[in-house]
Amino acid sequence: MRLHEFQAKSLLADYGLPCPKGAVAITAPEAESIARDLGVAPLAVKAQIHAGERGAAGGVRMAHGPAMVRSAAEALLGKKLVTAQTGEDGLTVRRVYVEAVTSSVKQIYLALVVEPALGGFALLGAAQGGEEIERREREGRLVRERMTLSVGAEPDPTELGAFLGAIGLEGAAQAKAATLVAGLRRAFIELDASLIEINPLAVTADGDLFALDVKMTLDDNALFRHRDLASLRDEDDDDRVKLTSQRDQLNFVQLDGDIGLVSNGAGLGLATLDMVKAAGGRPANFMDIRTTATSLDIAHGFALLLDNPAIKTLLVNVHGGGMQSCDTIAEGLGVALRRSGRSLPVVVRLAGLNAEFARTRFKNFGCAVIEEPDMASAAQRAVTVAASGRA
Amino acid sequence: MAILLDKNTRVVCQGITGWAGTHHVTQMMEYGTKVVGGVRPGKGGRSHLNLPVFDTVSAARDETGANASIIFVPPASAAAAMIEAIEAEIPLVVTVTERVPLLDMIRVREALAGSRTRLVGANSQGVLAPGVAKLGVMATGSERPGGVGIVSRSASLTSEVVAQVSAAGLGQSTTVGVGGDPIHGLSMRDCLELFFADPETEGVVLIGEIGGFEEQEAAEFIREAKPSKPIVALIVGAHAPAERRMGHAGALAIGGAAAASAKIAALEQAGVRIAPSAGLVGRTMADALAKTH
Repeated sequence: MRLHEFQAKSLLADYGLPCPKGAVAITAPEAESIARDLGVAPLAVKAQIHAGERGAAGGVRMAHGPAMVRSAAEALLGKKLVTAQTGEDGLTVRRVYVEAVTSSVKQIYLALVVEPALGGFALLGAAQGGEEIERREREGRLVRERMTLSVGAEPDPTELGAFLGAIGLEGAAQAKAATLVAGLRRAFIELDASLIEINPLAVTADGDLFALDVKMTLDDNALFRHRDLASLRDEDDDDRVKLTSQRDQLNFVQLDGDIGLVSNGAGLGLATLDMVKAAGGRPANFMDIRTTATSLDIAHGFALLLDNPAIKTLLVNVHGGGMQSCDTIAEGLGVALRRSGRSLPVVVRLAGLNAEFARTRFKNFGCAVIEEPDMASAAQRAVTVAASGRA
Repeated sequence: MAILLDKNTRVVCQGITGWAGTHHVTQMMEYGTKVVGGVRPGKGGRSHLNLPVFDTVSAARDETGANASIIFVPPASAAAAMIEAIEAEIPLVVTVTERVPLLDMIRVREALAGSRTRLVGANSQGVLAPGVAKLGVMATGSERPGGVGIVSRSASLTSEVVAQVSAAGLGQSTTVGVGGDPIHGLSMRDCLELFFADPETEGVVLIGEIGGFEEQEAAEFIREAKPSKPIVALIVGAHAPAERRMGHAGALAIGGAAAASAKIAALEQAGVRIAPSAGLVGRTMADALAKTH
């Protein structure tokens, strides 16, 4: 689950993260009154979206005085912001964060992140932070430091000192950063984070530290032990289709094609997508049905496809396994087709557990399916059917 | 012979009294796996499926001589179950449970370091040695004993490839699902090492996908090990929709964004044959073995 900057800053303040003064607004007059309350200038008006590189895209505006804050907020709120990380559709700005601008002598990159290759989590750092960091990395100009962290043991002070020194933190700033890292590590563990990224971490002339921007994601699989944090989910910013599918034990991504894909398991789903593409087709989605999904969950997944008018055919590629048999998926499709009243050509390829039973289920539901013997022929058939508009 | 399992594998099931434990232990015993007991805290001393139930893994190990465990414990307590099995020095542990929190898996990895346990999973369909034993939840019927080892991140694609390998007139020595989650126990590289050392494994199929760094790590190992056995890889997800990014850590972390093409290139450079399509894995392996003999 992705958090907004203002949410992350507020959560991490309890763990000792120093942030400039600021508050969040959903209207321009509200932003103006926050500016008046803060009583400082200049201020930054920052679009709150779940993506980075806002600065370069005009999503962070400098303002002197409440009136300028108001007009900056007006220019951002309700508008789509397209950054290098949002994709070309961009994201709608529904909140702005109004924050005091902090002058700094150095801007550092600091992140705690789960690193699967290490089987653990690590501290990443670079002496030069900011939005330019990836470009410098691509150009081979980035000196990046890494230190492995442990859940069971505190970081070794000598190793941490060397890490912080290598990213340009010395003296008073280093001591403050060591305390900050300890707090962030505790937050990471206690809140079940998968990412805390502070970019940049500003160092002032006095050696004080300020987090100018924070990106934070929480582990969805651990939200069961953080009921209070689950309410931070921004349903506006998440695709409605995606949220529905999360509730229904599906992993669903909408694409812009005309062939609706249904498979069990992420691997088979990706393979099906690749095969449809290779056969010259245009998939309308990626869908992975969790092994714990019931036939009703699956029916909701099919309903997401049947609600999409662009879809001309469904391709159902199922290899029934020990956790999910073919008939459960057949039943889900039968229920969904009956409820939607839509008739579409359905190409199916059934193998493995209960394939025969699934055929019976299709018959009982009155689904006229086009059956193909293997993955390649099924993908090819679906592409042909979609192109001709009929079976 | 197979890897990980043999005729002396004695299995205890953690979470045996739940629906999944009951169902899959029954199936495993029908397949011929020696299941010797179960663990369910608070239900020690009872019996379930005609098997003795114990409160702890160490009690089960002492009483039954179990040397393997399969875990069907819900996500909230799965890590504690894995750590208990590791502390009881069970040599082989398979975790089927899905959606175990990431930090819990990091705790498990910290417990595994320097231990005597090999962990398969979590979120794994398990290990199958056709004709020997099944320690997992995979459907059976299309497998047959033979010389192809299969290591995979995907349960459904493993079923698919097992069927293709059998249809090509070959069989499987062992299939291993390393698990679909980013942090897990046994890696693809570890499985390759076991398959290379196993005299009955003649060739290996590696089923990978986008994300993570395991396939590249496996490719590095293959380059160093220079195995005489042919290796066929299938990498899926070349056309998967790009995930919206947030921040830069993904780009700065080890392995980076890990596109399918980068994995395929690394494996090809290591001499691995890439299956041209998910439907042609069995045939690609049959061709590779025919050329080797």
